[in-house]
Amino acid sequence: MLFLNNDLNTAVITLMNVIIMLVPLIGTIFGVMYYYNSREFTELLLAQPVKRSSIFLGQYFGVAISLSISLVLGLGIPFAAYGLFKSPAIWDFVMLLVTGLFLTLIFSALAFNIALSNENKIKGFGYAILLWLFLAVIYDGLFLLSLVYFQEYPLDKFSLVATMFNPIDLSRILILLKLDISALLSYTGAVFKQFFGTSFGSIASISMLVLWVVLPLLRIAYVVRKKDF
Amino acid sequence: MVSIKNLHKKFGSQKVLDGLELEIKEKGIIAILGPNGSGKTTLIKSILGMVIPDKGTNKIDGKDIKNRWDYRQQLDYLPQIANFPGNLKVIELITMIKDLRGLPARDKELIDFFKIEHFLDKKLTKLSGGMKQKVNLVLCFMFDSPLIILDEPTSGLDPVSLLRLRKFIQQEKENGKTILITSHIMDFVEDVADRIIFLLEGKIYFDGTVNELKESTQEPDFEHAIAKLLTKEDV
Repeated sequence: MLFLNNDLNTAVITLMNVIIMLVPLIGTIFGVMYYYNSREFTELLLAQPVKRSSIFLGQYFGVAISLSISLVLGLGIPFAAYGLFKSPAIWDFVMLLVTGLFLTLIFSALAFNIALSNENKIKGFGYAILLWLFLAVIYDGLFLLSLVYFQEYPLDKFSLVATMFNPIDLSRILILLKLDISALLSYTGAVFKQFFGTSFGSIASISMLVLWVVLPLLRIAYVVRKKDF
Repeated sequence: MVSIKNLHKKFGSQKVLDGLELEIKEKGIIAILGPNGSGKTTLIKSILGMVIPDKGTNKIDGKDIKNRWDYRQQLDYLPQIANFPGNLKVIELITMIKDLRGLPARDKELIDFFKIEHFLDKKLTKLSGGMKQKVNLVLCFMFDSPLIILDEPTSGLDPVSLLRLRKFIQQEKENGKTILITSHIMDFVEDVADRIIFLLEGKIYFDGTVNELKESTQEPDFEHAIAKLLTKEDV
């Protein structure tokens, strides 16, 4: 792909579309699968003198960190080989990696939450896939529909907030703005640029992503304290 | 050692433990008996902190165990169904648990005692039920803890191993330990237990020695005495 495009910027955009869809899916599937597969292990550890939250948070970070490393290496090595470090696109690429890492952390945490609340494996898998489908596809559809339906009203605030509540959308916007192609973003593009382009906007969106990681983690710690095994 | 007060637990609409009170001060072997679904495993798991009770307190050595984990350092547990991560070898599992506890372990002695050295290098998925149970026993007895909890220790064992286990449990008792056992094999219980606790519908229905049980039911045979306890409830 790098050789076909002959341009790192285009490669980043193409990859973005893949990453934004695939990274959450992989995070979700691995998170759920790992939790169910290590249940026996968990039972063994629970009878040992180990804190409950350390067992589960340890499992979570085990999955999330190994997925993150494979993302960084898998993307980093080919780009580095192509001469990324000499190219001006390096910051765009870093942005891509950072959002990819956040998405991994967010979606494995969400997957762990789902798995913890569902004893039934099939149900757990189903809900996890549904969650991914919702955030990756359906949410956008609803968002667009509402934009069309309410087009007579001023929608800039609404679309900003709606974007904030979906980590996938938020990551996409962050990368696109970094690439400076917000002109592609239709009529709200300017508003987005105004908001996310400022330092307040970037801080807000990064903290939103952090929140998306922290809240599910807190729920894991909370649920685990009350759960029976 | 163990002091349980007014313990309640429900799973959905099913009441499993219903105001259970239990005091264990003495050393020796205490058998917890009861029909299927009478709450034996739930009681044990609540002592272990794996099941969180809805109501009531659970103290070990005078300290409430709620939200604590360090007391498990002084406690050994043998789960009813040996669920081990299948991708590990037996020896890897033993080493891992040893690392986790960080206490001196007598694994060599036990591996010898239960005769498992010839499958130490096998993966746990490849083992039969009885072999798994032996690994389970080794893991449980490895750390000389003062309180031992055994949930169905006899399941899946062949007669020779059963005799060995009996001998071992007697030996541990003489070393001054408190051992909690659940079992459905009555002559095993009659043989080893110093005190019988009979659970029925989440409450303690009988608490005493084997002889007291025989006297109170006027049955000379232990198995019949237990059966009578059960049928008396129906009348």
